[in-house]
Amino acid sequence: MNIVVCVKQVPNTNEVKTDPKTGTLIREGVPVIINPEDKVAVEAALQLNGNVIVLSMGPPQAEEALREALAMGAHEAMLLCDVKFAGSDTWATANALAAAIKRLSYDLIICGRQAIDGDTAQVGPQLAESLALPQISYVQKIEINENKIIAHRELEDGYEIVEAKLPALITVTKELHKPRYASLHGINSAYEKEIKVLTAKDIGADEKTVGLKSSPTKVKKIFTPQGKSAGVKLEGDIKTVCQKLICILKEKEIIREF
Amino acid sequence: MAKVRLTDNFSGFFLDLGTGVTISKGDGFIEAPDTIELHQAVSNGYVDFENEEKEKTQKIKEGQEVWVFAEQRNGRIPQVVFELIGKARELAKKLNVKAGAVLLCEKEKDMPGELIAYGADKVYLAENPLLKNYNTGVCTKVISDLIKKENPDIVMYGATHIGRDLAPRIAQRITTGLTADCTGLEIDDDSLLIQTKPAFGGNIMAQIKCPDHKPQMSTVRPGVMKMHEKDKGRTGKVIKIMVDLNENDSLTRVIEIVKENKCVANLESAEIIVAGGRGLGTRENFRHIEELAGLLCGEVGASRAAVDAGWISKDHQVGQTGKTVRPKLYIACGISGAIQHRTGMQNAGIIVAINKDPNAMIFQIADYGIVGDLNKVIPQLIEGIKR
Repeated sequence: MNIVVCVKQVPNTNEVKTDPKTGTLIREGVPVIINPEDKVAVEAALQLNGNVIVLSMGPPQAEEALREALAMGAHEAMLLCDVKFAGSDTWATANALAAAIKRLSYDLIICGRQAIDGDTAQVGPQLAESLALPQISYVQKIEINENKIIAHRELEDGYEIVEAKLPALITVTKELHKPRYASLHGINSAYEKEIKVLTAKDIGADEKTVGLKSSPTKVKKIFTPQGKSAGVKLEGDIKTVCQKLICILKEKEIIREF
Repeated sequence: MAKVRLTDNFSGFFLDLGTGVTISKGDGFIEAPDTIELHQAVSNGYVDFENEEKEKTQKIKEGQEVWVFAEQRNGRIPQVVFELIGKARELAKKLNVKAGAVLLCEKEKDMPGELIAYGADKVYLAENPLLKNYNTGVCTKVISDLIKKENPDIVMYGATHIGRDLAPRIAQRITTGLTADCTGLEIDDDSLLIQTKPAFGGNIMAQIKCPDHKPQMSTVRPGVMKMHEKDKGRTGKVIKIMVDLNENDSLTRVIEIVKENKCVANLESAEIIVAGGRGLGTRENFRHIEELAGLLCGEVGASRAAVDAGWISKDHQVGQTGKTVRPKLYIACGISGAIQHRTGMQNAGIIVAINKDPNAMIFQIADYGIVGDLNKVIPQLIEGIKR
């Protein structure tokens, strides 16, 4: 079974800090990582014991993310790297990934549910549509049964069991697996494997469907959110401050007399 | 005397205009006396004047509508849909077009009426046994075809497990843009939709537009937009759409829907939320939060740290990877206030922060802050309220 896993290299948004004086984002020195749910996707592919091809799109440094996936045990790696892809929104990203995947033979595509930098959860379903594949998103459990996949898809108040014929695309959540750590042997062999770097021309991507100019959505403006300003600190001993707070909330009719 | 009517800004049922005149929802324009009460209502935006000329020139355009995908499960429409219809009304008013809801189901029951009562002018209704449960392939086909036929200007979806599965699929099929998790939607001077969304874990905000493709599409998380008051007197049109579906359109098959007996926290519609974080230290201490929430008839919220520590289930999590809430009162206990958490609760009416670290970031957005030991402050609060 050939499994394609799409991974994205993202800044670790948990480690982003803002400048306390200006309130702006400090972008320097933010470490980059494989998007956490994409790592779960790699783990899922490895556990299905197929031939695992990891695919990413990004700048040359995204090779690091692919190298990490290889160290976990993935068999092949491909990086779509071309200025023509730069600035792609989710629609254009899905088009580029689809162009690359169309040239491969595959049974299953696994994506992380969403990336922590944009939180859109859109590329998976958009890629499935571009390839006219069945999709199952928010997958927290999988089972392959001959030419079918049966997955538990998370819902707000439970889950649904969904079946699709292969080839299919799934997007997976953290609940599915805990990704393994790369072994020393894995890390060593990752450096012996080749990462195929492909341009728009290499994958035959239609230039009108990829990159910044073709993307339907345009960023108009980026700004730092203006939080509301700090209010008052209630001072005094615990009993007094609690009483003050209760009085304020009663005055504002937020809490009523009990 | 002037003729006035209630606007959507007024959330009550009737308003006293002085000298014995009251105006109710659904009254339309009534003669109002010139009173202090009237002036106050005008400055609050609760009423507007009849302006015959304006009414005439502003005859509502046909087409280019603002739509909401009205998801339903088991014949029940979640609150986020009504929140979005409220927003659709505002946008439609600005664009001078109609607000529409798209409802796919097996049997309509009373759902179209409900959508109209919350502000839809039109309900596009497709009924078919294959539409009983949500299915990606089927819903994509029906809605994409309807969009191509009716050319709406804007389509909004709840950022739910259904909306986030469906909207991207439709965007790709009809070749248009889609912006995820919008926290603000406005119309600019060129009549384009300006979509504001957090990025980079909420550290920055981005404004996105989709100038060359229609419709402009967005998903919005539950609890972000404000629901308008339900008006049972509103009238609207139900348009039945014919669907030609067969099993092959579904691509996937739902074998079973399992409702987990997890008592799902209803944070999005809670008026009071008491939330706990890492600062509580133990599961035992977290129970104080539950007690205080119970006493205030509120819900229990939590930061990611408290959920990761296993003190409470994930459906209580507030923030970027949890829920977005806008209660009247949010009491944050032992929560440092990382941006990821603040994104989910900064729209609360009143924020109270209790933390032993006087420099905790949560104090930057709190209306009232208490610096102190939680395990003393919360029991004291509980005792104070009980008394």
